[in-house]
Amino acid sequence: MTHFSPLTRRRLLMSIPLIGAMGIGFSFWKMLTDMSAGTFNSHDINTPILNRPVPYFTLPGVIPQQGFSSTELKHLNTPVLVIFFASWCIPCLEEMPILLSLKNFLPLWGIAYKDSPYNVKEFLHNSGNPFTRLAEDRHGLVGIDWGISGVPESFLIGAGGIIRWHNPNPLTEETMTHILLPLVKKISS
Amino acid sequence: MKFSTLFKTIFVVLCILFPFSLLAVDDPEEMLPNPKAEARAEAIGEQLRCLVCQNESIEDSSSALARDLRKIVREHVAQGESNQHIINWMVQRYGAFIRLRPAFSSSTLLLWSVPFLAPFIGCFIAYFFYYRHKKTLPPHAPLTQEEKKRLNILIKDTHS
Repeated sequence: MTHFSPLTRRRLLMSIPLIGAMGIGFSFWKMLTDMSAGTFNSHDINTPILNRPVPYFTLPGVIPQQGFSSTELKHLNTPVLVIFFASWCIPCLEEMPILLSLKNFLPLWGIAYKDSPYNVKEFLHNSGNPFTRLAEDRHGLVGIDWGISGVPESFLIGAGGIIRWHNPNPLTEETMTHILLPLVKKISS
Repeated sequence: MKFSTLFKTIFVVLCILFPFSLLAVDDPEEMLPNPKAEARAEAIGEQLRCLVCQNESIEDSSSALARDLRKIVREHVAQGESNQHIINWMVQRYGAFIRLRPAFSSSTLLLWSVPFLAPFIGCFIAYFFYYRHKKTLPPHAPLTQEEKKRLNILIKDTHS
């Protein structure tokens, strides 16, 4: 071991807690800035479903729109965004303008989670309907197979029904332009 | 009058001695008719994290998702599936995060071993600092003539 004078040694030892506190402070600062930028959410659950085929399900449509099943998703050749939403959920309402602009880039298939067809239709009538297909998961059991813990949550389905991306939060302008659309472009090419 | 106070006292003492676990089963209809199966379902549910209120188990939480998951656990228990099978079913959908008690695996090895390692590490550090410090301290140099004189003066000062 190298020999420091007692005073230097003491100073070095004293700097350990200081460096530790600085490290912790930096981590907190990073967490908080990422949280406000929307790139980090401490409540996110990393779903194990990522990069796996969609779980088996068949759901009825919200008339007049057609429902869909896992088989249909598995036969797709182009990406589709599946969105779990509900008329009783305020973040879902806030997400609607983004979905309405997003529908120009890729098809959006909605699943109304624990909702009544009447309320869903009313909700989409007021906010505008971005969905090409619209299914209902009345009891929320299909949602559990997908590992959702709330609404809205969205899943990007690639060719062969493989889940390529999962977003457990409302879609924002930022996630759409910086994450989702580049990814869609990447997996379509 | 006195009788009712006695009853109340006994009740309070009993409550303290045998605390009922306050679970969030909102509706007695949720419970399985077979008490043994119900107890097993509760034991499983207590190991599963509610994904809405993340530090509560699904048995403690009254969120809608927790209620759905409780129902699923009970359905699987009624079908006679093993505890491990039911927990795996949940992990498949929600990941290892759903387990309030993390499984022992290569990624949780450090987590599980720290409580056993910590005392050893602490003893090692204490030993290292204490003995090494003792050894490196140089013996005190004897006092010089001048210091001795000064010491004598100081001692005299206090005595007079």
